[in-house]
Amino acid sequence: MMELLDSQRAAEKTLTTVLAVTGLDVDIRTPTGTVRVVNKVSFTAYQGQTLALLGESGCGKSMTAKAIAGLLDPVASVAGGVVALEGKDLNTMSARARRAVAGPSLGIVFQDALTALNPVYTVGTQLGEAFRIHRGMNKKQARLQAIELMRRVGIPEPEVRASAYPHQFSGGMRQRILIAMAVALSPRLLIADEPTTALDVTVQAQIMALLRRLREEENMAVVLITHDLAVVAEEADNVVVMYAGNVVERGPVATVFSAPTHPYTKGLLESVPTHAVRGDELSSIPGSPPELKNIPAGCVYQDRCPMVAAICRETRPELRQTGENQFSACHFSDVLVTQAGNPTNDHSLTSPQLEDNQ
Amino acid sequence: MTQTLNAPTGQQRAPKPSKVRLGGPSMFRMLLRDKFATIGALILAVVILVALIGPTLMGELATKQNLMFMNKAPFDPANGWAYILGSDSLGRSMLARLIVATRTTLMVAVPAVLVALLVGSLWGVWAGYHRGRRENISMRIADIIMSFPSLLLAVVVLYVFSPSVANIVLILALTRIPIYMRTARAESAELQSRTFVDAARTFGTKPNSIIAMHVIPVVTPTLLTLATLEFCYVMLAESSLSFLGIGIQPPDVSWGLMVAQGRQYLQTAWWLSILPGAAIVITAIAANLLAAWLRIATDPAQRWRLTLEKPARKALKSLSKEAK
Amino acid sequence: MSTHTMANPGKNVLEVQDLSKSFTVSAGSGGSRKLKALDGISLSVGKGETLGLVGESGCGKSTLARTLMMLETPDSGSVRFDGADPFAFKGKELLAWRRRVQMVFQDPFASLNARMSAGQIISEPFATHKDLYRGSAARSKRLNELLDLVGLRSTDAYKTPQEFSGGQRQRIGIARALALGPDLLILDEPVSALDLSVQAQVLNLLNELQQQLGVSYIFISHDLSVVRHVTDRVAVMYLGRIIETGVTEDVFDRPLHPYTAALMSASPKLDPAMRPAKRIVLKGELPSPLDPPSGCRFRTRCWKAQDICASRRPEATGLGADGNISLGLPTIGPAERAHMAECHFPVSSPAEAGLVPA
Repeated sequence: MMELLDSQRAAEKTLTTVLAVTGLDVDIRTPTGTVRVVNKVSFTAYQGQTLALLGESGCGKSMTAKAIAGLLDPVASVAGGVVALEGKDLNTMSARARRAVAGPSLGIVFQDALTALNPVYTVGTQLGEAFRIHRGMNKKQARLQAIELMRRVGIPEPEVRASAYPHQFSGGMRQRILIAMAVALSPRLLIADEPTTALDVTVQAQIMALLRRLREEENMAVVLITHDLAVVAEEADNVVVMYAGNVVERGPVATVFSAPTHPYTKGLLESVPTHAVRGDELSSIPGSPPELKNIPAGCVYQDRCPMVAAICRETRPELRQTGENQFSACHFSDVLVTQAGNPTNDHSLTSPQLEDNQ
Repeated sequence: MTQTLNAPTGQQRAPKPSKVRLGGPSMFRMLLRDKFATIGALILAVVILVALIGPTLMGELATKQNLMFMNKAPFDPANGWAYILGSDSLGRSMLARLIVATRTTLMVAVPAVLVALLVGSLWGVWAGYHRGRRENISMRIADIIMSFPSLLLAVVVLYVFSPSVANIVLILALTRIPIYMRTARAESAELQSRTFVDAARTFGTKPNSIIAMHVIPVVTPTLLTLATLEFCYVMLAESSLSFLGIGIQPPDVSWGLMVAQGRQYLQTAWWLSILPGAAIVITAIAANLLAAWLRIATDPAQRWRLTLEKPARKALKSLSKEAK
Repeated sequence: MSTHTMANPGKNVLEVQDLSKSFTVSAGSGGSRKLKALDGISLSVGKGETLGLVGESGCGKSTLARTLMMLETPDSGSVRFDGADPFAFKGKELLAWRRRVQMVFQDPFASLNARMSAGQIISEPFATHKDLYRGSAARSKRLNELLDLVGLRSTDAYKTPQEFSGGQRQRIGIARALALGPDLLILDEPVSALDLSVQAQVLNLLNELQQQLGVSYIFISHDLSVVRHVTDRVAVMYLGRIIETGVTEDVFDRPLHPYTAALMSASPKLDPAMRPAKRIVLKGELPSPLDPPSGCRFRTRCWKAQDICASRRPEATGLGADGNISLGLPTIGPAERAHMAECHFPVSSPAEAGLVPA
């Protein structure tokens, strides 16, 4: 595992690592025993780039994010691995030391903006709180900072709106306030957990544009957790595809999406109704993800995989390099690599990131 | 992530060949899984049995006075088995009187609770399902009944009419109807906006059928729990009516009446009111334990807790403690 | 797909003219206000056809679905189902109509009663329509037929909803809607709550069912890629009005209304080749339906808005066969396939919408 990451770092020497997660395990204790919901997850997030954690519900992507942020439920616990934020391992720190480090340098945006804000305080007060606690400002200074922050995230009339309560804002505006809170102390790392899932398409475009702009301005690393392939394709530089608690594929978005080297990634990409014509049969993945407490021995994807063979039932494949910075946990990734080289593949996604036209 | 914490669906039920039936572990099995509920059920069974056959077994003993044998302390084997729980101020056997009183107590409390439960629930469910004016008028009626001092109402009614068991039942039921109504209305109003109720509407199912199929089964466990709590309340209310002299009339005897009568001897003969009081408390607790179990056993989303083996349940308990 | 040629162009299952519905919202001490959820909706659905309804939350698409299902009573306007007004039906006639129009709900968890088994849920409609399948033998035969139709095993009938995955639950919901043999299914966001890999399965199922049974669909969704894949025609809603309608390809590739153009442009695309050359990011958010803008409802967010947009509501504008933009309302009949939009200044070309490079 470590060797792989090292080789990856060597290949991208110019990039500054902000977050390095290595072999992260998370367990949940349930009445019927301990269940591993995140298994040996490793990835690296670089400054000024967006890393996407992609997966379907229950795949462990949110658990991974919560483990990084130290926000796990009491029934869940980190069972192993290293979470290094700017070189400092958060897992081995005391809770107090962790707050001192992670408080200012790690920001998080949640999906549900209404429950993430306290309904009895004005947004100005809530936004100013970070400045009062970490920067030792007085109320007045903090409020001015809060207003400045609201202006930065595009809330109209911030002087007036700072005195409003969370319920007086629309969904999109609340999400902007959450983002403002997360970036208040100029964090090095911003974790965005499904930030636009509850929002409409036109508002999603606004929020994504805002996140992109802030990332450039602050030069921070963004970890974007989502289930939406199109959002990943447009917003992220690197992607980590998770399935049933495991990383099944990892690499730059452009290569992973144009030439997937894991059958799950391939299946997902083909399930998106983009190329299909009206009435055409969509290719779908049969079955549904395994329950985390009954994950089969061997490959986690074996029950739905079209390429399954005897070896998949016995040994769980390790992540192996399949391309430049691309890794896949599949016994037959070589086959997929060769297939991807063929012109029959219709996912010829090679063009670079979308320009921000805001 | 919640799905990992959900019910273990591991054991597949064997398909039943002919009729479509809601499968599930048997109620009896689930009862045995809960130690407290089993004890509660046993106590209630004993109480009911005593109420049914006790009085005939006791015969004259409960009314036989013996002024030479007044206020004997309980648990003295020298007095003989009939007086093992002592005797009252007229020298009657406490044991016999408690047994006879069981029947009277249940004869007031059970019908009163059932009548209030039935009327209040149906009315509340109906009002909550239809909303609008039907709901408003119903709830104002409930408010009026609630805000009127129930004891005063009872005194007036029972003074005007004779204080018979039937009248006591009716007056106790009437004053407790709003309790069920409010709960049933709240749950029903929430349920009627659920999507599966909308789905039933789209088939053209009539409101009463929807209420019967989708609302009542969901509301029932809550109301049954409420009813067991109300059971205690009604027993106590009956005792205060008896204390005021407008409840159960001597020579009939109920637990409440025994508590009331024993009160003046509290200093000298504590058992006169403590023993019937204990009977009320034990019955009430037993009913509560059973209610707590019933709530879980009738909820398909919670039921799995009662199908777990012991070690797993211990783990579950420690988990919920930590979560707090 | 045969529906593309529209076997029976004159034969409409459903015709809706000028449908309006408002709700009374209490505004605290200031009395109550009218919320116009539907404001003059006209649409039609042909036999075996799929009509898509697209719009953001609060645009009234769910109210429209509920009104068509007679769960709400409209204030004005007419609904014609096979030429007859269902709102005039009573007793047996109404029950007979109910059989012909059914609905599939968005949330596969909330729409199934957790206290019933799958078999009980699917055969629930038979309890109301007693004369449809007489006797338990006929009913259980029909139940097995339905389970088979949606790809479930007959032993699944004894399981409770909790024992199924999201996709399987939605299959149960579809089987229930098909139980009475409807001619028209209203699908309210049928795949929004499902994971991508499962979503494709359900879309394929819906497609197969349509080919097999010839049912018409009204497909409500906010996911544009899904709508493009499954619908023949599409209607775009904004604040209670249909602002654009036409054959799906026309609306998606050559949007006339600026809002439609913005929607198409804002939705993230997996394939870089499909991405807009220039992304339109709308300013502001949906105005409150309690206080809609005068004139054109979209003018507050429209980049083409002028004075006339505030004073006069635009008439429907059509793109004639000759490619010229003409004025006039579509008449029911063959013309309903015409591409129409309500705008004073319709978008003249895909290039203007930023969908292709100018």
